[in-house]
Amino acid sequence: MARRSHVQTTLNGETVEFLCEPRQSLLEVLRDELHLTGAKEGCNNGNCGACSVILDGRLVNSCLVLGVETEGKSVETIEGVADPDKLHPIQDAFLENAALQCGICTPGFIMSAKALLDENPNPTEHEVRYWLAGNLCRCTGYDKIVRAVLDAAAAE
Amino acid sequence: MLENKEYKVIGTRPIRHDGVDKVTGRALYGADFQAAGLLHGRVLRSPHAHAHIISIDTSRAEALPGVKGVVTAKDLPNPGDKIADLGEGAVNLKHLCDNILASDKVLYKGHAVAAVAATNPHIAEEACTLIDVEYEVLPPVLEVRQAMESDAPILHDTIRTTSLGETGDEPSNVASHIQHKLGDPEKGFAEADVIIEREFVTGTVHQGYIEPHNATAHYNADGQLTIWCSTQGAFTVREQVAEILQYPISKIKVVPMEIGGGFGGKISVYIKPVAALLAKKTGKPVKVLMNRADVFEGTGPTPASYIRVKMGATKAGKLTAAQAYLAFEAGAYPGSPVGPGAMCIFAPYNIENVIIDGYDVVVNKPKTAPYRAPGAPNAAFGSETVVDEIAEKLGIDPLEIRLLNAAKEGDRRADGPVHPRIGCIETVEAAKAHPHYTAPNGKKHHGRGVASGYWFNIGLESSVTINVNSDGTINLIEGSTDIGGTRASIAMQAAEVLGIPAESVNPSVVDTNSVGYTAVTGGSRTTYATGYAAYEAAQDVKQQMIARAAKLWEVDAANVQFADGEFSSINGKEEQISFRDLCARLGETGGPIVGSGTVNPGGAGGAYATHVVDVVVDEETGKVDILRYTAVQDAGKAIHPSYVEGQIQGGAVQGIGWALNEEYIYNAEGEMTNASFLDYRMPTCLDLPMIDAVIVEVPNPGHPYGVRGVGEVPIVPPMAAIANAIYDAIGIRMTELPMSPDRLLKAMGKI
Repeated sequence: MARRSHVQTTLNGETVEFLCEPRQSLLEVLRDELHLTGAKEGCNNGNCGACSVILDGRLVNSCLVLGVETEGKSVETIEGVADPDKLHPIQDAFLENAALQCGICTPGFIMSAKALLDENPNPTEHEVRYWLAGNLCRCTGYDKIVRAVLDAAAAE
Repeated sequence: MLENKEYKVIGTRPIRHDGVDKVTGRALYGADFQAAGLLHGRVLRSPHAHAHIISIDTSRAEALPGVKGVVTAKDLPNPGDKIADLGEGAVNLKHLCDNILASDKVLYKGHAVAAVAATNPHIAEEACTLIDVEYEVLPPVLEVRQAMESDAPILHDTIRTTSLGETGDEPSNVASHIQHKLGDPEKGFAEADVIIEREFVTGTVHQGYIEPHNATAHYNADGQLTIWCSTQGAFTVREQVAEILQYPISKIKVVPMEIGGGFGGKISVYIKPVAALLAKKTGKPVKVLMNRADVFEGTGPTPASYIRVKMGATKAGKLTAAQAYLAFEAGAYPGSPVGPGAMCIFAPYNIENVIIDGYDVVVNKPKTAPYRAPGAPNAAFGSETVVDEIAEKLGIDPLEIRLLNAAKEGDRRADGPVHPRIGCIETVEAAKAHPHYTAPNGKKHHGRGVASGYWFNIGLESSVTINVNSDGTINLIEGSTDIGGTRASIAMQAAEVLGIPAESVNPSVVDTNSVGYTAVTGGSRTTYATGYAAYEAAQDVKQQMIARAAKLWEVDAANVQFADGEFSSINGKEEQISFRDLCARLGETGGPIVGSGTVNPGGAGGAYATHVVDVVVDEETGKVDILRYTAVQDAGKAIHPSYVEGQIQGGAVQGIGWALNEEYIYNAEGEMTNASFLDYRMPTCLDLPMIDAVIVEVPNPGHPYGVRGVGEVPIVPPMAAIANAIYDAIGIRMTELPMSPDRLLKAMGKI
């Protein structure tokens, strides 16, 4: 087994330390080492967006980032989006709009939508569709997802 | 007959019960399962589309540090040539087992050959590369018409064509030929003023669920096998694993985790028995996951097909005869959905003279699996394009010709059944009345198309139990895995009976030891049949509660009525107690109340859909863009309209992908060359407009609230609707799917 590296990073606002092999992706580290399974593996090559997280303020596919690359950085995952007693407006909007069916892509969409609204609080429908084009959903046809993100933008 | 009536809970849009877990990342899907001492399994797959396996040597893999066990087909019990009934029709057990781990032959690239369990997934992957398999490579056959040729390479020496009750003498790739005949087709065509006959080709497409297949298995020392997995049906997993491993169902517990999409593709088992074999061999829990390429290459796509459709009509637009020839690729083993395709193809119409021939043909591609209204979209692409051409020839509006010939209650479907109350006419009328249909659409290279579709829907077994809580809520226990909001749609039906809010129901999807038998989440049956079981369970609770109220008031139960969430005494005493207050008094009136309901309903109501689509064709690139999309569908009764709309929108968009982009692309050696989400291009939100879902409600008399299944029929019309719109835009009839830019450019004579 390859020698494991020690990594310290900020995860959802808390300092965490973990050991990981150099070949392990951030997605593997989150899921298998830190037991945060909200980020999902749909393709493991950056095409589906189900593993989306925010790294130093930037939306990334966690399957395309190595765990060791997060040393000294800040990672936001779906587990850190809601307050303990209150959902984020995007999460509320997804529920109100019935913007999920099976739900496997939902954490990734919410992270993408959050990254969008952090940068552009009042997107047009086209801007939402452009921004979310890196996230695949096979259940909904996207209609209710796009409406949810527009509603969340209006609510914030 | 059932009328549309007002309900308190049904027809409202509560937040789904599992919603918070799913928007916060807490919901646990199959791959999220963790256990102490867990090993990780990976599967070695065939690099060849067609080959004999000469030998498999696993010794180098077994020697790799971290490897704890390797299995091959030799670890499976030899099933012989037995037929297993798995509730989804009879299955040849050797075929079933060989698709799990190939024994003598590999029949498609991606066919599982061996599997490894190791202390981490990377070691398991590395070990797979150390398994030495010697193959004798054979020529593959990759297309249905080629496979039907007499000199085609034969996949199975044991398969003889069964044709209309007769079995052939020679090995063949044609597993079966079915035929449905109604009236006198020859006479019908003789009566026609216009006859159109066209041929169509459709590509292999995948269900495309975002969550890859997964399974974790563990044997206890007492032989109890537990499998945690995502599946459309925990009980069908139990049945299939029991047959494949020849192990008693009483010793198998299947725990359904949350499921990340299925669309029919997560009914068949693939790696679940493999995980069990590895768990047996290692004595540890083993988690096996597929990657995306495994999913494309090793799990059920839906068949490519070759179709001929011939239809005739009088000048007045009356369809007099219809004929279809459907040849479907089954993949490596028999069992394509050509049967349902043949059942559905002309079902939107009342045609007196019909003949339909269907062929189930094996080819060197993965064994096909159901995909949303399996078989019907292929068939409707042909029939709905021909109907459009007939309407054009006759100068009749395409929706008008559908109304002129629409199937209605009492008409006979070509395969036999007589339609009960159906909403075919109502959906076409609603499409015709929709502002989309009358909106201007005259720009150059812009076109509008319509098409209809049918899916019969199914019933099958479901079980529900309800435990009444002292605070006026209920816990609802069900066996239907929730893929699209069915916890809510099932809970709402129980809530309606008991006069409580949807939020007062706590639904749980539980394992096979904890609820009565429940068939798969598939066939558009869940809200219909499990909802029906929830209705029955709630009725049981209601009757027991009435008896408790009667006891409390010392009256006869016949003198207690229940309405609007209140029990009241009639005939004399003036007593009243709410459902909630009575729940608090169960202890003093006899103890807890558990209600149960089991159903196997025969009254599934068929569903109709009509879609209207506007497209623009880019003349230079051949790219087709969807500008506007309206999908009209009869839901019977929409229990939770938001999730009904969601089914309609999602199904329509899968159809759009099938129509415009999606296909397996093979090279001459039979290797899929686009086994990734980058190259197998499913629609993204940037490819689409909003999808206007219009719900029509013609109640199904076979359900207490009138529910019809809604999940499948929305994928049936899009391909033909878009082809018809492309014709309207550029005057070219597209007869091959997908209608990708290269095919458009070819059709326009540009390349």
